[in-house]
Amino acid sequence: MPSNPAIAANTRPWRDPAAKPFISIKSVTKRFGDFTAVNDVSLDIFRGELFCLLGGSGCGKSTLLRMLAGFETPTAGQIIIDGQDMGRVTPDKRPTNMMFQSYALFPHMSVEKNVAYGLMREGKSRAEAYERVGEMLKLVKLDQFARRKPHQLSGGQRQRVALARALAKQPKVLLLDEPLGALDKKLREETQFELVRIQETLGITFIVVTHDQDEAMTLATRIGVMTEGVIKQVGEPRQIYETPASRFVADFIGSVNLFEGQVQSLDGSQMRVRTTDLGEVLAPSAPGLSVGQTIWLAMRPERAWMTRDVPPDGVNTVPGVVQDMGYVGHMSSYLVQLANGRVIRVTQANEGRRDNPISWDESVHVSFDPPDFRVLTE
Amino acid sequence: MSDALPTPRRFPLTAGLMAGVGGLLGATAVGWLGLPPNVALLLSITVGVALLAFALGRVMGWSDRWMVIAIPLGWFLVFFLVPFFVLGRISLSEAIIARPPYSPLWDTAPDGSIEILASLQNYGFILGESLYRNAYLSSMQVAAVSTVFALLIGYPIAYYIARSEEPKRSILLLMVILPFWTSFLLRVYAWIGFLRREGVINNLLLWAGIIDEPLVMMQTPGAVYVGIVYTYLPFMILPIYSALEKMDGSLIEAAEDLGCSRLSAFWLVTFPLSRPGIIAGCFLVFIPAMGEFVIPSLLGGSQTLMIGKVLWEEFFSNRDWPVASAVAVVLLLLLVVPIVLFQRNQQRQQEAGK
Amino acid sequence: MKHRLSWFNVTSLTLGFAFLYLPMLILIIFSFNDSRLVTVWGGFSTRWYGALFQNQQFLDAAWVTLKVALFSSTLATVLGTMAAYVLVRAGRFPGRTLFSGMSYAPLVMPEVITGLSLLLLFIAIGLDRGVFTIVLAHTTFAMCYVSVVVSSRLMTFDRSLEEAALDLGCTPFDAFRSVTLPIIMPAVISGWLLAFTLSLDDLVIASFTSGPSSTTLPIKIFSAVRLGVSPEINALSTIVISIVAVGVITASLISKHTIARRQREEMEAGHG
Repeated sequence: MPSNPAIAANTRPWRDPAAKPFISIKSVTKRFGDFTAVNDVSLDIFRGELFCLLGGSGCGKSTLLRMLAGFETPTAGQIIIDGQDMGRVTPDKRPTNMMFQSYALFPHMSVEKNVAYGLMREGKSRAEAYERVGEMLKLVKLDQFARRKPHQLSGGQRQRVALARALAKQPKVLLLDEPLGALDKKLREETQFELVRIQETLGITFIVVTHDQDEAMTLATRIGVMTEGVIKQVGEPRQIYETPASRFVADFIGSVNLFEGQVQSLDGSQMRVRTTDLGEVLAPSAPGLSVGQTIWLAMRPERAWMTRDVPPDGVNTVPGVVQDMGYVGHMSSYLVQLANGRVIRVTQANEGRRDNPISWDESVHVSFDPPDFRVLTE
Repeated sequence: MSDALPTPRRFPLTAGLMAGVGGLLGATAVGWLGLPPNVALLLSITVGVALLAFALGRVMGWSDRWMVIAIPLGWFLVFFLVPFFVLGRISLSEAIIARPPYSPLWDTAPDGSIEILASLQNYGFILGESLYRNAYLSSMQVAAVSTVFALLIGYPIAYYIARSEEPKRSILLLMVILPFWTSFLLRVYAWIGFLRREGVINNLLLWAGIIDEPLVMMQTPGAVYVGIVYTYLPFMILPIYSALEKMDGSLIEAAEDLGCSRLSAFWLVTFPLSRPGIIAGCFLVFIPAMGEFVIPSLLGGSQTLMIGKVLWEEFFSNRDWPVASAVAVVLLLLLVVPIVLFQRNQQRQQEAGK
Repeated sequence: MKHRLSWFNVTSLTLGFAFLYLPMLILIIFSFNDSRLVTVWGGFSTRWYGALFQNQQFLDAAWVTLKVALFSSTLATVLGTMAAYVLVRAGRFPGRTLFSGMSYAPLVMPEVITGLSLLLLFIAIGLDRGVFTIVLAHTTFAMCYVSVVVSSRLMTFDRSLEEAALDLGCTPFDAFRSVTLPIIMPAVISGWLLAFTLSLDDLVIASFTSGPSSTTLPIKIFSAVRLGVSPEINALSTIVISIVAVGVITASLISKHTIARRQREEMEAGHG
């Protein structure tokens, strides 16, 4: 079957260098007094994307979102949406709509009035507006609740009203500030998929701000990881997880074991690295490395494997003692203390009902496949 | 492109509505308030200019923010700040029999030279007269003592209300607020019936045989203290209550848990946390009490000297406007420090509330 | 938190409330006294209420007071709400400190100073004293009270509601009118009521700024009271106290009922 690169480029336009971005953020900086909230950020987002800005509190992700909505004016830089410079465009004239973290539902209006609010400002007739309100409420499955006031709804229902209201005006871009932050865990997981379904149905570009990495991984076509006002890495969820570009990103997304070391020798696709914790190990080589350079090896806990005996074909194997373990059902998580005292994290899938799983205080051998190391230089 | 479409303007409607309301207001102002036509005209012109500026601002895309700031700011400047300058200016004049009854600040002599008539003699006069000095001092004393009493009575009440459960709390709070809404004048008046020679207290005591002669309570300094504390008590209770209410009850439990006695928990935790409320309450009582006029003139006698009363008499009985102005300016200077402190306290609380 | 009632608390509370209410209670009782001698109980009668409503001077003064209160409280509410908005929302602007100073100072300013300085202003600009000047004076001090009430509500107002309105295509003015104002309306109304009451009640400022044809009720009461206790004033006080008591209690019952209903609906929504 012939592969079809055109489709791939269509669904993943960021992989196509010739694709034209829908939203361009160009060297945007925002300062509040002495504090720099967003520092020289440049970012391209494409039509139909569901882009997640991920970062801890105070990393500047919300400020960036608010600049897109027009509530904050960049101190420097430029924002272009669909070819139009947003420089002097006020929030009410922007082709964006926002879903607020607090939902910001107007407490004195019923659900349908809330949803109709933006449409009425557009000058739509009542009939036209309410037809659209009906569609939107059906989309978020709240058509039964049109006459209720916000305080008569549960948290999840309010969240969906906020979504319907923001979508009613058919914005070119929907901005979502922690859209699921106020929901409990179970509801949040259900709603994640719901959000993706709605986004795919409407084809509107979504930009989501979140501090929850699971949420970002589930929702996003691409993720931008932010810290201290800077975007550290932009990529598809898989890229971010499998090939983090820096120690920060590797550590921020999921859990990771980081080993500092120096390059001993380079040998084609492989290299030998001298580490304090693991001794000398084999790792995949990367372009631009030189002998003697300090690097870090990142290893996801689930990529390490653990045996009681020395594995016959193991290349990178170190002995250790199980210090602690936690059983989580589908897997178990271990803390293994190495000979030099360093504790690393290893998880093992609980596939079969093994009779004799490894347990506390057992001596084990932990092995790493060289390709599973991610080599980081920063 | 959809956003190229002009957004429909409801502006004519809004403008029409505003003009209608303005016209109606103007008409009622002339009829009801009995305004002279020239004032009504001035008023209409002001409103018209403001509306025009507003409309122009919207068309030109100026920020509405400035309009919103300018209107109350302008009002304050004209009716709060400027009057003080007028007050200060008149305090430098001399009382004359004319309309208005004060001399100009300068005069042009026949040879064209300008003669300065302004002088500080009114200030010299009021600072030299023991009547005024004593009035200032005794006002300060009355205000300070009343503030202390209001605090002593008000704090336990505020504390108790803040600590009580619903619905008791709302009921008690309502009982504190209720007198605040009723006429202050009538409440002071109620005390006359209570304290006077043939009043309720004397009748009761005579009837009970505790006294043979009616007590003299009216027209004493004591009656003034009672009146001021009584009138201003809600102003003490409410800020303290709102400070205590915000406090987390578990703080006291934590303090007691950590080994504080109830009394020391109160002094170490509750009291310091309610301090902004205490400060606000004290200023809300002290500052207006300093210039109080109604209470000393209804409940106090001729021996109760308070500056508000002196000012009133200087103005209404002696018709000496310049001296009355000087009295007011000195009172204002005495109150500047507490007023500034009060305002700082309010602002700090406001910032903390954000 | 379970708390213990100490004798100290109970005593101070009882004494405090007795202090607040006893004089008013006596006043109400004596307003139904048949005797003109206010000291002696001469049997139950409502004759002083009748006399009060026959007194044309009182009725005229009451009418003037009502007009002043209506106009000044309405104007003060508009200006005070704007002032509150400026204090809480306008951010920094040149003159902000002065502005906030001017919006707090009248709260504590002795009335004799406010009254005198406003009067001198009116004379300086040649404005004849009358109902209009009282309205201006009352508006000035009442708007500060409105501003305090409204700004404390605005401070707890979720700002993203306004942003949502802007985001959905409103101009700032529209957002204020259609979102902010309806939500802060209860505070605006209490501000209006407060301004209205303050205006009805004011003696000192009105005395300075009123003209010969614009005597307000407090001015009338004051000159009557100066001459001694009068049963007609007792009757008047009783009417005022009853109106206020009924009004305040009704308002608090309504608000309590609304809050209770809202809580119940929220509970139901949480389970549903």
